[in-house]
Amino acid sequence: MAEIVMEQVSKVFPDGTAAVSDLDLDIDDGEFIVLVGPSGCGKTTALRMVAGLESISQGTIRIGDRVVNTLPPKERDIAMVFQNYALYPHMSVYDNMGFGLKLRKLPKEEIDKRVREAAGILGLQEFLSRKPKALSGGQRQRVAMGRAIVREPKAFLMDEPLSNLDAKLRVQMRSEIARIQHDLRVTTLYVTHDQVEAMTMGDRVAVIRKGVLQQVDTPQFLYDHPNNLFVAGFIGSPAMNMVEANLSISDGSGVVEFGGYRLGVPQQVVSARPELKAFDRKPVIVGLRPEDLEDASLVPDAPADRRIRTTVILREALGADVVAHVKIQAPAVVTEDVKELAHDVGQEALQAVEQGARSGESTFLARLNPRTAAKEGQPIELVVDVGRLHFFDPGSGLGIYGGDGN
Amino acid sequence: MSLAQAGDVEEAAEPVVAASQGRGVGEVRKGGWFVLLTIVAVCVLWLIPALGVLVTSFRNGDLVNTSGWWTAFAHPFQAGEWTVENYRSALDAGGLGNSFLNSLAVTIPSTAYAFSWMDFRGRYLLFVTVVGLLVVPLQMALIPILKLYVNGATLFDYVVFPQLHLNGTFLAVWLAHTGFGLPLAVYLLRNYIGSLPSSIIESAKIDGADHFTIFWRLIVPLSVPALAAFAIFQFLWVWNDLLVAYVFLGGERSVQVLTLNLANLVGSRGENWQLLTSAAFISMALPLIVFFSLQKYFVRGLTAGAVKG
Repeated sequence: MAEIVMEQVSKVFPDGTAAVSDLDLDIDDGEFIVLVGPSGCGKTTALRMVAGLESISQGTIRIGDRVVNTLPPKERDIAMVFQNYALYPHMSVYDNMGFGLKLRKLPKEEIDKRVREAAGILGLQEFLSRKPKALSGGQRQRVAMGRAIVREPKAFLMDEPLSNLDAKLRVQMRSEIARIQHDLRVTTLYVTHDQVEAMTMGDRVAVIRKGVLQQVDTPQFLYDHPNNLFVAGFIGSPAMNMVEANLSISDGSGVVEFGGYRLGVPQQVVSARPELKAFDRKPVIVGLRPEDLEDASLVPDAPADRRIRTTVILREALGADVVAHVKIQAPAVVTEDVKELAHDVGQEALQAVEQGARSGESTFLARLNPRTAAKEGQPIELVVDVGRLHFFDPGSGLGIYGGDGN
Repeated sequence: MSLAQAGDVEEAAEPVVAASQGRGVGEVRKGGWFVLLTIVAVCVLWLIPALGVLVTSFRNGDLVNTSGWWTAFAHPFQAGEWTVENYRSALDAGGLGNSFLNSLAVTIPSTAYAFSWMDFRGRYLLFVTVVGLLVVPLQMALIPILKLYVNGATLFDYVVFPQLHLNGTFLAVWLAHTGFGLPLAVYLLRNYIGSLPSSIIESAKIDGADHFTIFWRLIVPLSVPALAAFAIFQFLWVWNDLLVAYVFLGGERSVQVLTLNLANLVGSRGENWQLLTSAAFISMALPLIVFFSLQKYFVRGLTAGAVKG
């Protein structure tokens, strides 16, 4: 086990594409770090550089106390779990797991001991003599994990190991991998594009966009204090609502106005963000998490400066809560960050964002208590938890904090 | 038999299909029958001559010359109608047994030899060049190679290829067949190996394998379908080859291969063609065994290079 340190690591492909730029990342011994970002953001390239499958254009990577830049993969003492598992189809489960140990010339008894131990951890004992094609997707995934475990390496590298599983199994394997990692305390670098996996599994999460590290922190801190619009929009599902608003501050508390609404910003929110003063009487981007909106009929004593009257466009009942899509008479925020996030969802999402920006209308998502009376096409009054508003600089897209907030 | 069974299955399945799919079904089924009939017709057309040869090979020499092979079905149980004498004399007198072994001696090593080249993973240009050689007619190369075998080759007084007097030896044919089989082998296998998922190889690298281990422990076992498909190709081609063997081995009896022997049977005893039919069936038997035992790989391997898995 060892720490992994990436210093100013860059990757430029021969065709000139910069896949990773100046990546600085310290992974502590035994830590589980998740690299997350939209597809094509360079997270897999970063992982492959640590593995030694991709050369490093610039910077240094250390595993333990060794700089591994020029070491071939087999000398880095790492184990990798691939997206498609990369099992050897002509070998039994036992041989698949023991292959790496055999090549390292471990004694037969030791190999046998380790393979059986790993099979025990993963519940694969009865499948040891089967070939991969006779296994289900989840079992194959476990064999891939087992192959990594038996090696007892300095670090696990995992490249979207769950993306080929169906949704239910993914949830189960998610907790299983997290548990195994927790038990073995092996330094782990885990790549995914699924922010739910990132949030639930990582000790810390590193968000990458276009090869540039945006923010590294614990999942909850990322959620509560996103560095910029990109992190804010990427972390959280449904995504944060964003709208451009005018801010005015007087007597320590503030007011944001957008689309005909006025929301009061409490004193402690303003004082926690000293930088906010610089945006007095200027436009800011206000971010609102869907769960910070509630049906006003369920919060009868909410003051008037926290309420929004609007119309429900769509109602999605999820059982535990209801997600209401509501119409807001303010243009959607269109920055490069937002465009990229939409692009990751798909071409339609991108068009919807641009369409919204032109029409001066946008949609908010509100996660409401299931007792809500929200109905499609009906007006609704929502209460905003103004203590949990997020503020961003419309020019740079950076979060507005200042002081010790960031 | 199997056709009748297939028909039964189709009929049994019909109500279900019709009920679930409605109107479009009729057209599909008409098409299905058309395809089926065409295939059956083609199969029958192909098989009739072979059947004729088979029947003839078991018939008496006199009968063969006086009546058509189909007349044998008129009274199939009549004594004197059937005989295995042709096989016996074809094997003994024609020296067919000897050339059978000769053919094996030629076929197996050249196939195996071609295999030893499977690790050939040249650069793209080299690959294109090698594959480009597929268009060079084999006949063009015969005389130069023969000259090479007989005279050797020198370039500015340096011996490039020694005078080995290879003509008339099995080695000459092995080398020639291997050489001619190489472009196709390289082409098939390169495409197949290229379609193996790269992550398997990367995974092996991380597991600690070097190139040699990766090749022997992963690439070769995983390429078995492609290797088998090529083995069948090469086997059938070498087995059925007359030209190369004739050119490089000559007509000497001790090294005569089966195809050559067959050709001689026609030439020297055109009147006794019942012997030829038996000989032909002996020569067909082995390829048939090879084909049927490996046909699973044959089909899989043929599509292997075409589409990326």
